[in-house]
Amino acid sequence: MGIRFDFDKCIGCGACVPDCPFGLLDVVDDKVHLREGCTLCGACQEACPYEAIIIEAVEQAPADGSYRGVWVFAEQRDGRIKGVAYELLSKGRELADALGAELCAVYLGHGVDGVGELAAYGADKVYVVDSPALADNQEEPLAEALSELVRQYKPEIVIAGATSLGRSVIPRVAAVLKTGLTADCTGLDIDPAARLLLQTRPTFGGNVMATIVCQARRPQMATVRPRVFKKAAPDGGRKGQIIKMDFSREGMTSKTRLLSFVEDLTEKVKLDEADIIVSGGRGLGKPENFELLKELAQVLGAALASSRPPVDDGWIPYSHQVGQTGKTVSPKLYIACGISGSVQHMAGMQTSECIVAINEDPGAPIFEIATYGIVGDLFKIVPLLIDKLKKE
Amino acid sequence: MNIVVCLKQVPGITKVQIDPQTNTLIRQGVKGIINPFDTYALEEGVRLKERYGGKVTAISMGPPQAEEALREAISVGADEAVLLSDRAFAGADTLATAYTLATAIQKLNQYHLVICGRQTLDGDTGQVGPELAEMLKIPFVAYVSKVEEASDGVMRVRRMIEEGHEVIETSLPAAISVVKEINTPRLPSLRGLSRAKSAVIPVWTAEELGADKDLVGLAGSATKVVKVFFPQRVCRGEVLQGDPESQVDALLGKLGQAHII
Ligand SMILES: Cc1cc2nc3c(=O)[nH]c(=O)nc-3n(C[C@H](O)[C@H](O)[C@H](O)COP(=O)(O)OP(=O)(O)OC[C@H]3O[C@@H](n4cnc5c(N)ncnc54)[C@H](O)[C@@H]3O)c2cc1C
Ligand SMILES: Nc1ncnc2c1ncn2[C@@H]1O[C@H](COP(=O)(O)O)[C@@H](O)[C@H]1O
Repeated sequence: MGIRFDFDKCIGCGACVPDCPFGLLDVVDDKVHLREGCTLCGACQEACPYEAIIIEAVEQAPADGSYRGVWVFAEQRDGRIKGVAYELLSKGRELADALGAELCAVYLGHGVDGVGELAAYGADKVYVVDSPALADNQEEPLAEALSELVRQYKPEIVIAGATSLGRSVIPRVAAVLKTGLTADCTGLDIDPAARLLLQTRPTFGGNVMATIVCQARRPQMATVRPRVFKKAAPDGGRKGQIIKMDFSREGMTSKTRLLSFVEDLTEKVKLDEADIIVSGGRGLGKPENFELLKELAQVLGAALASSRPPVDDGWIPYSHQVGQTGKTVSPKLYIACGISGSVQHMAGMQTSECIVAINEDPGAPIFEIATYGIVGDLFKIVPLLIDKLKKE
Repeated sequence: MNIVVCLKQVPGITKVQIDPQTNTLIRQGVKGIINPFDTYALEEGVRLKERYGGKVTAISMGPPQAEEALREAISVGADEAVLLSDRAFAGADTLATAYTLATAIQKLNQYHLVICGRQTLDGDTGQVGPELAEMLKIPFVAYVSKVEEASDGVMRVRRMIEEGHEVIETSLPAAISVVKEINTPRLPSLRGLSRAKSAVIPVWTAEELGADKDLVGLAGSATKVVKVFFPQRVCRGEVLQGDPESQVDALLGKLGQAHII
């Protein structure tokens, strides 16, 4: 099982070495050597001219073909459906059409409002479980309810937002159903012949992209961060079938209880809802200089964001961090000031419609993805920008 | 309170470098480190033990050299450590990893709390924690930024969510994942270092665990990587020339034309 080298055939030519995307291969004493961390992606096998690399697949029973349909977990908070649910329905519609299957939304909560909207964004059916046990979004009852629905209706694909709630509930569901789950996908496609969901996600801090499948088990499950896919325009004329489900309360008791909630009010404009974002990095030099960006944000009606170093140094709270370990944003306009453009930062903002980069280093990687780049000192450029915007 | 901390050894690369010639990650000479997010889990475990008594057991699934990470855990206050290592564990996805860890946790004597990091640097999913909690049939509270109070029966924690934070009460045993805001990990003490050096770290294989061979490693994994590639960055941009004044004018012109502002 796994990967083997046939050392009668291997001559230590090293042809495979550069092809390992993870850099795990070396030639030691004329023989190839593999370090830990192999994902069995097969790149080296293709590169070997001597057929000395053997990857043994595990025999897996074919997937249960009775599973049909694409489901989207329509996360809500206090009865309001989160934006990511609509984004996933738009993507889910494409996936369902590619499979010739139906698209369903699952709404779990108490006090249901606006489930009709889910149909407008593409759902053919909406399963609704309305129960006081689900009011506070505690993970166990949510996972229990969703697993039960999946067992009953057998969808072939389940996708959900990679929000703090989705990241807690969905893995539990995958564990109950003993199926595969891929986190933080940035691309979802269908292999129609095999009815497989092709799940692409960044790994190794965004340096490498991996496409992952769940071959033998159903459903195929994935989470996607908010703002990764675009919401389509709703079609108010579309009608979906709303199916109310009854659940006994016993199955839904929770060992956790919400005692209180404290809202974070430091953000005036919410990052994930902003059309324009002004973002600062280490190039700001010191915490006071964020005031300059705040002013720019104010004239533009923008939200304020940051790369990681200012957060690590305590210049600005973590809730403003954009990137792999922060938020993913996709505004109409992202203005990056004094940010070099590390892969980890770009992972969180590269789908923005228009990116403006202000950086004094012409070689900064941020210029590779910037729509408009200004090579220059941000302390000259930004004040000018503020002045001119104020005059307009 | 008996606490289990799950930690993983990951390649210690803070800045992943790509060899421009071969387009591969540079791994040479990279030392294994404790997954940075797991150091907060470990520190919290040790602090809770200091507050409430009991002991901290660090567990890790990985290759034999992951033992170094466990010794490091002992040097900063873990009482015991167990390494789960077997060729059969290789190629595990989150489901198989969670199963292996959950089986080991069950084999440990009575535990009250399992602490995980929020995510690993290499796997980077944050799925292992909630999956293993489901397998152990215990609650899981993610993104904990403060443990307010704990007793043998219940615990009150504060967790971060998008909109702010929540105070959650959970019965014990339970599992949590912690964020870096929760504490500042300590450095090893001299006593800790010498304990780490002499500690005996048992290695459990699939057989010793009594794990089902079909549920561990590659065989137990539901997902499979079919393709790996480097992200293509298309250079779509335009660099605005001139002195600052004309650069800013050009920018505002462009943004205005595109009806962005
Ligand atoms: C696992 C992992 C996760 C990470 N997650 C994230 C994440 O979520 N988000 C994130 O942002 N980072 C993340 N990082 C960190 C990331 O690798 C980079 O270190 C970070 O993004 C760099 O931030 P920066 O661009 O602000 O700083 P630097 O890379 O130091 O760049 C500063 C830039 O400012 C420019 N500059 C300096 N002075 C001026 C001036 N006066 N005018 C104009 N330009 C100026 C410089 O030319 C330079 O390009 C992560 C790292 C790891 C290993
Ligand atoms: N191989 C492993 N050994 C021990 N703990 C692990 C392992 N993999 C993951 N974990 C734990 O699960 C958390 C989430 O990991 P991941 O799902 O890989 O992002 C980590 O922070 C660790 O606490």
